[in-house]
Amino acid sequence: MNRIRALLSGRELSIVLALLAVVVVTTAVNPAFLNAQGIHDLFLNASIIALLAIGQTLLVITRNIDLSVGSVMGLTAYMSGQMFIADHETPTIVVVLAGMALGAACGAFNGALVAIAKVPALVVTLGTLYVFRGIDYGWASATGVHQINADQMSSGFLSFGSGSILGIPHLTLIALAALAIAAYALHNWRSGRELYAIGSNPQAARLAGIPAGRRVFSAFVISGALVGLAGVLHASYFGTINASVGTNRELAVVAAVVVGGVAIFGGSGTVLGAVLGALLLTTITSALPILGVPAFWQRAVDGAALLLAISLDRAVMVRMAERLRKERSLRRA
Amino acid sequence: MGAPEHPPAPLLELKDVSKSFQAVKALRGVSLALRPGEVHALAGENGAGKSTVVRIIGGEHQPDSGELLLEGSPVRFASPREAQHHGVAVIHQEPIQFPDLSVAENVFMGRQPLRRGRRIDRRAMYRRSAEVFEQLGVPIAPARQTRGLSIADQQIIEIAKALVADARIIVMDEPTAALSAVEAQRLFRVARGLAEQGSALLFISHRLDEMYALCDRVTVLRDGAFVATAPMSEIDNDTLVRRMVGRSVEQLFPKRETEIGADVLVVDGLTRAGDFADVSLTVRAGEIVGLAGLVGSGRSEVARAVFGVDDREAGTVTVDGKPLPAGKPDSAIEKGVALVPEDRREQGLVLELSIERNASLARLKQVSPGGITRNSRERALARTWADRLSLKFGSLADPAATLSGGNQQKIVLGKWLATEPSVLIVDEPTRGIDIGAKVEVHALLSDLAARGIGILLISSELPEVLGMADRVLVMHEGRITAEFTREEATEEAVMYAATGNGSSGAKGSAA
Repeated sequence: MNRIRALLSGRELSIVLALLAVVVVTTAVNPAFLNAQGIHDLFLNASIIALLAIGQTLLVITRNIDLSVGSVMGLTAYMSGQMFIADHETPTIVVVLAGMALGAACGAFNGALVAIAKVPALVVTLGTLYVFRGIDYGWASATGVHQINADQMSSGFLSFGSGSILGIPHLTLIALAALAIAAYALHNWRSGRELYAIGSNPQAARLAGIPAGRRVFSAFVISGALVGLAGVLHASYFGTINASVGTNRELAVVAAVVVGGVAIFGGSGTVLGAVLGALLLTTITSALPILGVPAFWQRAVDGAALLLAISLDRAVMVRMAERLRKERSLRRA
Repeated sequence: MGAPEHPPAPLLELKDVSKSFQAVKALRGVSLALRPGEVHALAGENGAGKSTVVRIIGGEHQPDSGELLLEGSPVRFASPREAQHHGVAVIHQEPIQFPDLSVAENVFMGRQPLRRGRRIDRRAMYRRSAEVFEQLGVPIAPARQTRGLSIADQQIIEIAKALVADARIIVMDEPTAALSAVEAQRLFRVARGLAEQGSALLFISHRLDEMYALCDRVTVLRDGAFVATAPMSEIDNDTLVRRMVGRSVEQLFPKRETEIGADVLVVDGLTRAGDFADVSLTVRAGEIVGLAGLVGSGRSEVARAVFGVDDREAGTVTVDGKPLPAGKPDSAIEKGVALVPEDRREQGLVLELSIERNASLARLKQVSPGGITRNSRERALARTWADRLSLKFGSLADPAATLSGGNQQKIVLGKWLATEPSVLIVDEPTRGIDIGAKVEVHALLSDLAARGIGILLISSELPEVLGMADRVLVMHEGRITAEFTREEATEEAVMYAATGNGSSGAKGSAA
């Protein structure tokens, strides 16, 4: 019981409450929101963004960021389609592994520039956001294949994306597995704790002998592989791909991570929080049309949630600093 | 046939080590042997090269020439990690922790106890931390978040790190700078215990009495060069000081008699919870008032609040009879206050900007007729001050980063003198600059006081405060606990008040 309470401490609990509030209000307006199909769709949509959020959390904890996730996702999704054009019967597992490998390679490129060349992640990934997208479009125009449809992909691949076990979509199961592994590693492994240490105080991390460059590089590679996986899953679920898949996804992912309580300056936060953040933002997005808010407001909602979360974090921080100061002065007196 | 004349072989030895940073020679041919079972003192003034020795042993820097011998065989510590793998632990003067993580995680970072499957054994980690804190006699909760711990507690965490790492070579870089007398005593007991178990300790302190109390041998450095190594019992206090300083006190502190005038700065009841409380002080024209105290006693915070960089919760500040509004540095500058901050590189200068740009930063209005900054005027202003402060530079257009520490400090001073202040607050004005430049800065301060500027001098170097100040105020834990005239102020009396001993008695004589 204590464990569960600790698990849902602070931020996680408030997100769950916010989530419940959104669901209750929306269901009150339109009971159809909470039917089986609605929930199914909600989890499917949240699963892909959750995978991205898990990867992004690894980076933000180390005081880094990856803005190229949308482009990497687009690139791997497009590659999945191209693999089926090359060979209609490509095994699903090969496509998945190839997607993850491509994602990891993109992550390695970002990571090398950040960890070895010491260029700030914000700048590197802003650059690769356009570079990777450019490769994506370049590929499409070089081959003349601007759209890949479901009938060009193998039926095994498509049923993998839309399938479910005991009513839980494959995509959600995969996201949950990634969440469990990442949460376990961050909490229980030395390398996981070292990611927090690097973000909390880079200088202290250096003096503690933590191989910061290697850890940050690995975080980029792992995050890249997760993004690659998300791209492939997107392809298998939607069955229609063009070169613009994943455009603007980086904003939603960063918003989810920050709303989920991962400190933007590193050092604290959990993957569970980030995933709950992703779920909350996805739920709000799906609830908007039901509440009569035009769909084009959804990105504004992401942005507003981001600002709200950051202001909230800042306010809590200031209050805590104040409390600590008061505490110290009391002890002295 | 016990052979007391035959000392044990050193664990770690520096042989003829030299190290330069750009043009500055930080170390020239320094040798040092750390033996098991021994506490070795490293003595020298600020800028003598002690921190460079510490950084080389800790693997943060690598020597340019000379070698490092670990149990007789040459080693090279390419990184702090490598040094740690060889049993070296450095306890830094200013402890740096991971504020977001728990105390136990800070202690064990990189060497957490593991269970099956490379899983961190949190329970063992907490238990072991609690044991270590018990051993050190300080109850810090291992599961507590590190953010907000006092410097003394953070220092204890640093020592706990060395203990759990089973370090055999332990470097303590001014560990007592922020500790009370009781805490320091406790630290000495721990240090002695470690030496008795066969560790080699290198101990750095500004307080000679501590060296005599704790150490077996001492190595003296001056201006980056090796001066002498001697058993502590064979070198008396005066000899030690003479070796460290290498010149007379009169030469070091060219203090001039000045005519002391009216009050220029009056601070009354200045308070900000947690940093300082009820601070009242007066600085008169032509007077140098020293503000002494331990690191973390709140001196810099007071300076920043007076100047208005930080806010204040209560109290008033008046300059030449005019009240200063809280939290408005521009108004403080206008009314004649100048602050030379503690951290020259971070707060005093914009290192990437040219010398002339830096010099004019506080006087941009003067060099910017019609709101447009004129380079010619900037250069003229900078040249005036460069001449008056005998600044050594290549070209005024060079970045400030190219200058030595002493010359950088002169630019900071020049920048503020250009505002023609009536009150000058200087915070650690000679930290990390070489002894020649130090003397020049002291002469400059004397000169300014003689011209009628009131100076508030904050310094952790007692000789500097005692040598330069007309009056000495002592802060302890955010309050002014004692005041001494130039004649009354002795090293013992000031240190006594600064460590909070008998502060109630000393308070009686406070302003």
